[in-house]
Amino acid sequence: MNTSYKRRTFIKASTLTGGGLLLGVNFMSSCKEDVVPPVDMASLDFKDFNAFLKISPEGYATIYSPNPEIGQGVKTSMPMIIAEELDIPWEKVNVVQGKLDNENYQRQVAGGSQSIRLGWDPLRKTGAAAKQMLINAAAKRWEVDPSECSASGGIISNKAGDKLNYGDVVSEAAALEVPEEVEFKDPKDYKIIGTDVSNVDIDELVTGKPLFGLDYKAPGMAYASVMRPPAFGQKLASFDDGAAKAVAGVQEVVQIGDKIAVVADNTWSAMKGKNALKAIWVTDTKGENSADHDRILNGLLDSGKMEVFREDGDVEKAFAEADEILERTYESPFLPHNCLEPMNFFADVTADKVKLVGPIQTPARTAQSIAETLGRDIKEVDLEMTRMGGGFGRRLYGDFADEAARISDAVKKPIQVVFSREDDMTDGIYRPASKYRFKASIKDGKLTGYHLREACVNANMYGLIPNFFPAGAVENYKVEGGKHESNITIGAWRAPFTNFLASAEQSFFDELAELMEVDPVQMRLDLLDKVKDTEDERIQYSAERMQEVIKLAVAKSGYGKSKSGTHQGFVAYYCHNTHVAQVADVEMEDGKPVVKKVVCAVDCGIVVNPLGALNQIEGGIVDGVGHALYGDFGFKNGVPTAKNFDKYRLIRMKEAPEVETHFVKNSLSPTGLGEPSLPPAGGAIANAIAKATGKRMYKQPYINSELLG
Amino acid sequence: MPSYNLSINGESKNVDVSEDTPILWVLRDQLNLVGTKYGCGIAQCGACTIHMDGNPVRSCQLTVAQVADKKLTTIEGLSADGSHPVQKAWKKIDVPQCGYCQAGQIMTAAALLDSNPSPSDNEIKNAMNGNICRCGTYNRILGAVKEAAGKLS
Repeated sequence: MNTSYKRRTFIKASTLTGGGLLLGVNFMSSCKEDVVPPVDMASLDFKDFNAFLKISPEGYATIYSPNPEIGQGVKTSMPMIIAEELDIPWEKVNVVQGKLDNENYQRQVAGGSQSIRLGWDPLRKTGAAAKQMLINAAAKRWEVDPSECSASGGIISNKAGDKLNYGDVVSEAAALEVPEEVEFKDPKDYKIIGTDVSNVDIDELVTGKPLFGLDYKAPGMAYASVMRPPAFGQKLASFDDGAAKAVAGVQEVVQIGDKIAVVADNTWSAMKGKNALKAIWVTDTKGENSADHDRILNGLLDSGKMEVFREDGDVEKAFAEADEILERTYESPFLPHNCLEPMNFFADVTADKVKLVGPIQTPARTAQSIAETLGRDIKEVDLEMTRMGGGFGRRLYGDFADEAARISDAVKKPIQVVFSREDDMTDGIYRPASKYRFKASIKDGKLTGYHLREACVNANMYGLIPNFFPAGAVENYKVEGGKHESNITIGAWRAPFTNFLASAEQSFFDELAELMEVDPVQMRLDLLDKVKDTEDERIQYSAERMQEVIKLAVAKSGYGKSKSGTHQGFVAYYCHNTHVAQVADVEMEDGKPVVKKVVCAVDCGIVVNPLGALNQIEGGIVDGVGHALYGDFGFKNGVPTAKNFDKYRLIRMKEAPEVETHFVKNSLSPTGLGEPSLPPAGGAIANAIAKATGKRMYKQPYINSELLG
Repeated sequence: MPSYNLSINGESKNVDVSEDTPILWVLRDQLNLVGTKYGCGIAQCGACTIHMDGNPVRSCQLTVAQVADKKLTTIEGLSADGSHPVQKAWKKIDVPQCGYCQAGQIMTAAALLDSNPSPSDNEIKNAMNGNICRCGTYNRILGAVKEAAGKLS
């Protein structure tokens, strides 16, 4: 298949001193039509590019992986895509984490499960363009037409049987024009995509080599432990740092806004120094309690001010005419992210430059923000991304990088800010507490109306979600939401809003099917039939793809035919462009339901790296099940109710269900996997528990229920 | 500050740190052995697991004074080159997602197999349950421990 693109704004090539070809690709140029190209195209400024491909005269490829690696595997899978179209053996590929190198265009972001989906075209084009240039160079040397040549596995051949290695012609290739049109491989010819490829960092990870932000060290670096307001709504009135300064190893103490930074020779001294600070805090806005939130969110659901996100038909009329109504409310608490590597960042602010190193999901935005904070030109800011011990959305926010920069600027030293677990868990930016109230009407055995109300702290579901299922499947449909403004900070948490909404919604549908006395799977398939061939452009999901994953999950799990003692719960969900269906197996042990296994069917189009993909699906399910079962967090007078793993429970190996994953095989463009398997998992186990015990779970964490506690 | 002679991965190291410094931070900050990780500081997560005289311990809760006369092994010393059967199993199964917990997981697994070369699934789960994996690679960890056990027997 051929494809053309805006050549000049998209890929640039250069010869490397010492030989070799360097190609740069700008993602956003290929994604957006209206991106303005850099003024001076002749000078090869690699700050405009997101990804680089370097081919050496020995025929080895160095692929600079553009997007931050948070454990979602893109450092492996994005280079795989380039290598495939380049047609070079994976053994000849070396992957290097790309630095932040673009202020204007790019999406060097880890978030929203979009890296593969948005990178699919640009990464293929980069590989294919490089391959064509190598072919063109060989053809020129042989004095034949390029159409008489082909390339495979790093070797170019012509009709006469002559062969050249990529390395033989790479310097000549670098001087050639980047081709306007390139051919992509047919998926059936893939040699790398679709094969199991190990994590590119596996050797370093199993031997403890420095990879993470917290592992970063620089000469003369000092460590900073920061005291922040213990309750939301507080400000710093005054502090006494005498005892802190007396701690061996502490160098100095500096106030940064409402925070106090203790700077020391090493992490332990910094933490000890911080614990020795005496601070007086004053209440600026009232500290909130979970009991308040409960009351306020209920009030919002009952009669609060709501914004309508989508409305089709007339739900009130449907309810007035209904034979039966089902109304249910589901609740979930705030959740901290708890990346296992706590927040940390390195900054060295000097007169010449601002050097930043650490784990961050949004390097470009963070660099820009710090430049503005310090009043520096963005060109003076250099940001290097380390591997991250988990992101989950927490590291989208560069607050910790901002702290490091401010402290370094204040004390004029290279600084690494290190959060203790307590700092990390109490600092904010939580998954917001939320409640969902569903109301559905049944008439003549059909679902006629569906009304969803969301009450949430500080935010409401984002624009696409009201156009997920069951939008389009119910004639009278209304989704609205209201929020409570709070001084507790919230942020994106793996699969924002859907991470609880999906479970609530899928539980509601399960109960609805029970009320209607229909099989939940058949009910879902029938509803989806109504959305096939829809002309409603707002609908985000595909009814056909949803039906296919449902059928696959049912087939592989034996749903409806489970053996005695195994109770199964079914869910199906679309989010982040990917469709999943799950069946959870629950057994009763000592009178309590135990989750034994989850079977998951996934349609994410082409699976780039099956080995990595399976890990993402399994991880998402364990994450979803774990937080639905155990994640418990609240506030008393603005102070979080837990600050470490003694009081805050994360799922452990003994509790983790077995996961069995099946991918729908098709050749559709790949979509993301970092988030999609998580949202409905809690609903799958709730539905299974309902089968096992007859009891429905309306409140997370489920461990607090009488049934499980 | 007092001075301590330590035995780390078969080598003698001398450090000047306050007596109450957890050996975790001595390893990471003074000795530049960053394979052992900080996750919680209260021995709940296992990321800091090292071997003390062959037994798995939480380095965040042991002070430098407490370990001064013990033989300590960290992830860096488990093998010279990543060739310990547990490390090889971890590679074969491709266990890690973010990878932050994995050094601690490997150390716990290696200690388990040292004392129990053919553990049952339940024995593995019981031994490994103290190590949190936030990314949820538990099924792969189980598979890798069994793979390593299979190679050892």
